[in-house]
Amino acid sequence: MSGFRSRFSPPSWLSLPLGLVAAPVLAVPEVDFTREVQPILAEHCFHCHGPDAQDRRGGLRLDDREAALKGGKSGVAALVPGKPAESELLARILSPHEDEVMPPPKEGKKVGPREQEVLRRWVEAGAPYAPHWAFVPPVKAAPPAAGANPVDAFVAARLRSHQIDFSPAADPAVLCRRLHLDLLGLPPSPADVAAFVLAVSAQGLSAATEDLARRLLADERFGERWARVWLDAARYADSNGYEKDLPREQWAWRDWVIRAFNRDLGYDRFLTEQIAGDLLPGATQEQIVATGFLRNGMVNEEGAIIPEQFRIEGMFDRLDCVGKATIGLSLQCAQCHTHKFDPITHDEYFGLYAFFNSTFEAQSWVYTPEQQQLIETLRRDLAAIDASTKAAVPDWAERLEQWSAELVRQRPAWTPFLAEELASTSGLNHPVQLADHSILTLGHPTTRGDIFVIGTPALDGVTGLRIEALTHGDLEFNGPGRSKYGTWALSELEVSVMPPGCDQWEKVALRGATADFAEPVRGLEEEWKANFDKERRRIIGGPELMIDGANDTAWRADRGPGRRNAESAAVVQFTEPQRHPAGTKLRVLLRMHHSGDDNGRHNTALGCARISLTRAPDPRVPPVDHAAMLALEVPAGARDARQHTALFRAWRAQEPAARKFHTEAEAAWKRYPAAPTSVLHLRERGGVHARETRLLDRGAWDRPKHAVQPHVPAALNPWPEDAPRDRLGFARWLTDRRAPLTARVAVNRVWQTLFSTGLVETPEDFGTRSSPPEHRELLDWLAVDFMDQCWSHKELLRRIVTSRTYQQDSSGTPALRERDPANRLLARGPRFRVDAEIVRDSALAIAGLLHHQVGGPSVFPPVPENVLAYNFVRPTYWQPPEDAQRYRRGLYLFRKRSMPDPMLSAFDAPNADFACARRVRSNTPLAALTGLNEPVFVEAAQALALRLWREGGGSDESRIDLAYRLCTARAARPAEQAVARRLLTEARGRLQRGELPAAEVAFPPRLKAADLPADATPAELAAWTLVARVMLNLDETLTKP
Amino acid sequence: MHEPVSASLRAAQARLLSRRWFLQDCGVGMAGLALSSLLARDAAARSAPANPLAVRPPHFAPKAKRVIYMFMAGAPSHLELFDHKPELARRDGQLPPAELLKDYRAAFIKPNSALLGPKYAFAKHGQAGTEFSELIPQIASIADDLCVVRSMQTDAVNHAPAQILMNTGSQQFGRPSFGSWTLYGLGSESDNLPGYVVLTSAKGTSGGASNYGCGFLPTVYGGIPFRGTGDPVLYLSNPAGVDTRAQRASLDTLNELNALAQADLGDPETAARIQSYEMAYQLQTSAPELMDLSQEPAAVLEEYGIKDPGQASYARNCLLARRLAERGVRFVQLFHEAWDQHGDLTKAIKRNCEDTDRPSAALVRDLKRRGLLDDTLVIWGGEFGRTPMVQGGNDGRDHHNRSFTMWMAGGGLKRGHVHGATDELGFNVVRDPVHVHDLNATLLHLLGLEHTRLTYRFQGRDFRLTDVHGHVVKNLIA
Repeated sequence: MSGFRSRFSPPSWLSLPLGLVAAPVLAVPEVDFTREVQPILAEHCFHCHGPDAQDRRGGLRLDDREAALKGGKSGVAALVPGKPAESELLARILSPHEDEVMPPPKEGKKVGPREQEVLRRWVEAGAPYAPHWAFVPPVKAAPPAAGANPVDAFVAARLRSHQIDFSPAADPAVLCRRLHLDLLGLPPSPADVAAFVLAVSAQGLSAATEDLARRLLADERFGERWARVWLDAARYADSNGYEKDLPREQWAWRDWVIRAFNRDLGYDRFLTEQIAGDLLPGATQEQIVATGFLRNGMVNEEGAIIPEQFRIEGMFDRLDCVGKATIGLSLQCAQCHTHKFDPITHDEYFGLYAFFNSTFEAQSWVYTPEQQQLIETLRRDLAAIDASTKAAVPDWAERLEQWSAELVRQRPAWTPFLAEELASTSGLNHPVQLADHSILTLGHPTTRGDIFVIGTPALDGVTGLRIEALTHGDLEFNGPGRSKYGTWALSELEVSVMPPGCDQWEKVALRGATADFAEPVRGLEEEWKANFDKERRRIIGGPELMIDGANDTAWRADRGPGRRNAESAAVVQFTEPQRHPAGTKLRVLLRMHHSGDDNGRHNTALGCARISLTRAPDPRVPPVDHAAMLALEVPAGARDARQHTALFRAWRAQEPAARKFHTEAEAAWKRYPAAPTSVLHLRERGGVHARETRLLDRGAWDRPKHAVQPHVPAALNPWPEDAPRDRLGFARWLTDRRAPLTARVAVNRVWQTLFSTGLVETPEDFGTRSSPPEHRELLDWLAVDFMDQCWSHKELLRRIVTSRTYQQDSSGTPALRERDPANRLLARGPRFRVDAEIVRDSALAIAGLLHHQVGGPSVFPPVPENVLAYNFVRPTYWQPPEDAQRYRRGLYLFRKRSMPDPMLSAFDAPNADFACARRVRSNTPLAALTGLNEPVFVEAAQALALRLWREGGGSDESRIDLAYRLCTARAARPAEQAVARRLLTEARGRLQRGELPAAEVAFPPRLKAADLPADATPAELAAWTLVARVMLNLDETLTKP
Repeated sequence: MHEPVSASLRAAQARLLSRRWFLQDCGVGMAGLALSSLLARDAAARSAPANPLAVRPPHFAPKAKRVIYMFMAGAPSHLELFDHKPELARRDGQLPPAELLKDYRAAFIKPNSALLGPKYAFAKHGQAGTEFSELIPQIASIADDLCVVRSMQTDAVNHAPAQILMNTGSQQFGRPSFGSWTLYGLGSESDNLPGYVVLTSAKGTSGGASNYGCGFLPTVYGGIPFRGTGDPVLYLSNPAGVDTRAQRASLDTLNELNALAQADLGDPETAARIQSYEMAYQLQTSAPELMDLSQEPAAVLEEYGIKDPGQASYARNCLLARRLAERGVRFVQLFHEAWDQHGDLTKAIKRNCEDTDRPSAALVRDLKRRGLLDDTLVIWGGEFGRTPMVQGGNDGRDHHNRSFTMWMAGGGLKRGHVHGATDELGFNVVRDPVHVHDLNATLLHLLGLEHTRLTYRFQGRDFRLTDVHGHVVKNLIA
């Protein structure tokens, strides 16, 4: 391998004047396999003769030397080292015959003369192969020059080989602006610029830059700017996508990312917590929030979907995201078959998939730090009450034992009801029966749920039916319900029978409903309001309400914060024991009419239920928390702590000798806090819920084939020996020092953010078809150094921004621009239009409107009615704030997938349909219209006018100068002064003549007259507003210099 | 001539970028655009223009230059409109034959639900004698201009994925739409209007903005909605109190200041930015002019069935589509999300047809009169069909992906032609199936683009509209 690197010869065109590119090179240079040969083979041959055995033609494989030497089915060697004339590969490529030439003419991929020559020379040289550079761990080569910043040493060496030199250093003011935009995503204030210019003259450029970089990296706005980069890769959004596109709460994860950047969490740890935070020993709430990364994908809630189909779509998307964000490979290509170009087999794809597959798509509350403390205190208090109980009732163990033995003795024998048909009357839901016989309903959040189960149980004296509301990890907060609290309401339960030969359902009369827990009878709360119940007739209460024949009364068992996600059970008796001939069908229908009707946002359906039958006389539910009854089903020796506690507390609840303690405990629970938000995340499945991974034929969700164990692609680094075969082990493998891609991809992302193009131009593809980087040694050095520096982003950034390479002037000479228009050589500084969020934040900052507040719920930007109207489900919750919240950073704007934010998308922000590793930059009239006319920009122009009036000194000239300083970090030049003043003068004239309505132009609707400076006239402010609007749209305002 | 391919590719890039640097007039800018992708599509044969929207020659002589796609979101019932099934009427209320239901999945209903006879009568129309239902007399009246495909098939049975599949060739979100591929392949011929315009009526679609999104293609290829109310293009209106003269003066100032900066810094991007502001200014005139139907003769409004020209409607969108086609807009897509008749089929589909029949037909007639039909590809259809089986009582149909009907007209298609057929119940295709990918391959073919060669490299793979599928249906082509 290293042999090939040393024989590397740079492409000749870069050092030659244009037009001479095609000139023949005199000395025949040696061939570099990875740089020259592999791209040709990948482009022209691998599609049919690559890693994918399934589609391989003629049994010939060319991505592997041994196989190529052996040849395909024909037995003719494709390659004969040193003998181009005898190599079939060349013969076929050069063949003039249509039926012989490769690739076949219909592919339109003919190998050009230049490429033919490369291949010929390569075979002549012995046809050596080498692994793809990016799949070999990076090595920290000694920088070519000692003493210099290593970044500069590598770049300088490349520049020298092209006989060019660095551009001069950027002007200090420019550099100050560049650093602020890059590190904070905000422009510097004129005072910031002045201070930096002064520091440069006092300390010199290098020391002053070090200083400024250190300060900016310590600023909490740093995390806001850099979080956004990761949010793109993680496809973060505030809605679920697909047709319904309902809102979700996921900002706790977004805030975690901001904090992670601000505290400079090592990237290895950053990835580990996001991929396997929940599996870390003693996982904290923070670490569970981190795994929200894996749940940023879309969730389909359309009516009548099969949830499993879209869970698998979500798995594909999850793998695509993890691949692109961490190892620079979209694994998508191996989803349906073995990758055509890169060494990832179909099996290996599902090996990676298996790490993530046996998981619940969970949702958990996110408590504030104070609430977490309170919960911790409560837990301790409750444990203390338990201990006091035991002290006060010394024979508690015997009593509990007796009590539970009695319960077991009285417990009727229950037979689970097996579904032969399971559906919803409306067809909106397709529930499934699980291994433990519970019935799980996911998918569409149906406002009026109507799940029915049909089976043919033995009806030989069946006396009653039990329905259990069970928890399940795929439900909100574990369920059992699907409401925003995981709660539920059961409006009506209907039982019917149909004996063989009949075609009509006959209702079974029900009576005597009992439940382990029920809320007192009362009206349904406002938050579940629905149009179909304008008179608000619906009530909730005990289990008898589900057999009273009225859909607007329901059994509900919400035990309140801290205990509401618990199991419950109810039993209803059949008025007559049911005796029917064998083959009689039994149908149980669950009606759930207690949801709110805002398109499923206020659903209260029961998500997981189990139905059982009994022949016991007079069946009832004991007044004991069902969690305790479930614990009793587990042999005493096998119970876990949770089950022991459930039993103990259930016993205490009815134990007269412990009444005082029970009352105390109940009082403590009342103090349990309600969380302000929640997070979607993954949680490992286990026990009966464990999910086996099967390879899906052609990636089709309903065509599972053989089982696949979690494993990683053989072409990448080896599996760490003692790592567990789970997500935690996967994270260890991913962040292993031998991992060839992880650090390279991270470093490249940072480089791309600063320079607009990465050292590898395709951050989403480091595979064999990516073009080899111009500065590979630099990339590798930075990647290894990144690992050496504890994977510190701040250290990496500090290294780059203090380099001469970064600090160069960005204009470059015309000759340089002509020679290297895309700046691949890095002989000048980066200059490009800033990202969408920075466009917005700059305008707000310049205007003095920006409201600084780190984190919190996303903010609804004002959006025209004709945008809101284009939603399939209108976002009734879209209430833009009228206060300072309106001017939060772009990072905090609510991202609704099916309604891309008009302002941000005009400036190329991605809409989170899929992971985005690289934004494009366009210059469109829509962006121009946005900058000129979008309400927040207009308000910014008006505010900037006021600011210029107040802070800009007394003259037009000084105010224009301030505008330039605010917008571009430099003074206005005389020519610019003249042009700007001309607009000012014309506007003043027209305003004075009454041709323009001053107040309308100058004042935002929210501004109060009292806020106006005493000496300012509306006409004067209007004139300045027009000037300010131009200033906010200057190319330089929108551009990082 | 011993250069490696990647170097030669980059040399070509360098030349292109340099040329652009000299050109100054860069059109809509393309900073950050992956040039290698543009080059890779046809590496040697064609060179990428500096302006990503510049007109590009197709792969071969095209039959059509532009597209008007009337997307009937929600999925219209082929059984009430296009596919006459007397046998279905006869078997109304009976269960479908068991063999039809093997491996079959609808969305809501149990497949083994009773058959539902067509709700409306059919008759033969035109010289070709094509059958249409009584609900669409106007479309029927142009039977001899239409190419009807009664054998459409798709993979998805839920709206959002099926719409995304129809429009992007994939059920996974994030792929470029047909319009974006077209614009990417052919460029835009309109100087002062976007090359891909979207018009929506009824309500938002299940697939949302991704139905006309650019996916991983550069943003300039995405569809631009022209809105029926408020600003036709977002933020088109100047801020309150700013008139055209003030706007002009502001833009003159902005351009001058930007030009001064460019003289100083020499960044070609600045020229592109100046251009984009000028185009915005032009759009402020051209978009309202486009939307203003006051100069359209009453007879035209009448023909389209436009009752109030100021009111957003499907009918108005059809007339706007013609006006956009006249102005050289490459791709116009109408979305009318209204066809999801799980229940209340009889009344609701009649209402839909009252809204859409006349304008759809008027558009074809109008294009024909103006000589535009020959090189305009007109397409009408939804994301799937409806079940021959009933849903909910006796007046609804569920989602059905085994068969449905679309019709097309113009641009190189056969006229008065019916392609494919379904079985006697309208359940399965029995002759000449046309999958979504085949349809898209054919449409691209008519535009002069070979669907296997119109590719864009993204994450290491050459993506295309038809993924790895699609065959041009030669039988549709005149």
